[in-house]
Order: sequence, then C-alpha cells, then structure tokens
Amino acid sequence: MVPVSYYVALSAILFTIGALGVLIRRNAIIIFMSIELMLNAGNLLFVTFARSFEQLSGQVFVFFVIAVAAAEVAVGLALIVAVFKSKQSIDIDEVSNLRG
Amino acid sequence: MSTDVILFLGLAAVAIGAALGMLFSRNAVYSALFLILNFATVAVFYLLLGAPFIAMAQVTVYAGAIMVLFLFVIMLLGAEELRKRGKLGWQQPLALLLGFVLVAETAYLVFVRGDLVSQIVPAAADYGTPKDIGILLFDNYMLPFQVVAVLLLVAMIGAIVLTKDDRKIERKTSEEKA
Repeated sequence: MVPVSYYVALSAILFTIGALGVLIRRNAIIIFMSIELMLNAGNLLFVTFARSFEQLSGQVFVFFVIAVAAAEVAVGLALIVAVFKSKQSIDIDEVSNLRG
Repeated sequence: MSTDVILFLGLAAVAIGAALGMLFSRNAVYSALFLILNFATVAVFYLLLGAPFIAMAQVTVYAGAIMVLFLFVIMLLGAEELRKRGKLGWQQPLALLLGFVLVAETAYLVFVRGDLVSQIVPAAADYGTPKDIGILLFDNYMLPFQVVAVLLLVAMIGAIVLTKDDRKIERKTSEEKA
C-alpha cells in the first residue's frame, strides 16, 4: 500500500525536470519533449487522485489530455519543420525574432 | 517496507532516471528514446493505479505514435545535435536553483502541510475497467469527446498547411494564369 503523497512527489519531480528542460535546453525538439514530460506528470496526478477518490472522471480527463497532446505535437512539429526550412536550424536562440 | 513500496520506489527511480537522461543527453535521438522509457514506466504506474485503459492509451498514443513522430522529425531534419555555441550564461544556474526551489516547496506542501495520508489500497476488481470508462465517456462526456474529434481534424489540417511547399502552389497558380 503506497501513500498518495509518494505519487504526488514523483509527479512533482517529473514536472520539475520537464520545466528545467524548457529552461536550460535550446534544441526546440527537446523543449517540446520536456513539455510532453510535464503533461505526463499532470496525467499521473490525475490518475492517482482518480484512484484515491474512486472517481473515474479523472481517467477520462487523462484521455482528453492525451488527445490534445497528440494534436499539439502534430502542429508543433510542423512548425519546427517550417522554422527549419527558413532558418536551417532549430536552435531557439536563432528564432528570437519574427521577421519573415 | 512492503513489496508495493519497493516496487513503487524501483519504478520511480527508473522514471526519474529516464527523465534526467532525456534532459541531459547531447543527442536528440537518445533523448527521445529516454522519454519513451519514461512513458512506458508511467504506463506501469497507471496499471498499478487501476487504469488499464489509460495505460494502454499511453503506450499506443504516447510511446507509440507521438514519439515515432518525434524521431521521424529529428531524423528528417538531421538535427540530432545543435552546433556548439556558448553556454547559457547566468540562466542555467538560475534555472537549476528555481527547479530545486519548486521541488522543495512541493515536498514541504506534500509531506509537511498536506493531509495526503490516505493509502492506495488494492483496487476492487471492477474499478476502472475499459467498459466503465467507455460508458462514462459516451454518456457524461459526449460533447468534449466530439470537440476533441474536431480538434484532431483541425490539427491535421494545420499540420498539412504548415508543411506544404509554397513554391508548388505558386507554380500552379502561375500556370493557371497562363
């Protein structure tokens, strides 16, 4: 029997690693993967509390989050490919302005 | 320590190790593979928490479809590693410090202030079956479900429009003019 607080702590650690990835990496794809990691930490918390309160709605929300993440990845990677076509790089420091 | 706690700690170590590997790998392909390992571990957590449907969705959608898309784009762009550039100056220590503060604060809230003393007891056999999820999804959450379908359609159209080659369109329109 694992206390709920262990799951909350694990989720917080995973979320922090994701946030750090967004802050210290410059590769746009890695930043994207860090965002996925943060979404995943949130999902883990949803499922934990769904189990803790015996409310299945939490699992349905996770289903929606997964669907939205899939849509986000499709558009985001298309954007990265478009940026790469114009700049020949996916370093986010090189796309710090929006001039065409 | 009961076997449950030992199992949890082992899996948590793998999940955190994979996340750190994702964060610190120089090569983006390794990062993606570490992230797949992390997603698979989290799927096992979902199984432990009585969410088999979400666990399978996690493996097929996240570790399967989404990460294959990531690997595909990394290899398509040949962007495994960025060209070497100067280090991030003061941002990096600041980010690490803020991350540490976030973890410390959460630990304080969870373990000192929080009243999350309840334990995850073994789930009842009929908790979280895919059938129950389906009934809930198509009963209470029918409208969000439809909206998600539209969202996925819009995302698909958006991705196609964004990656479409502009020159081809221009050639086509000039041909039509001629």
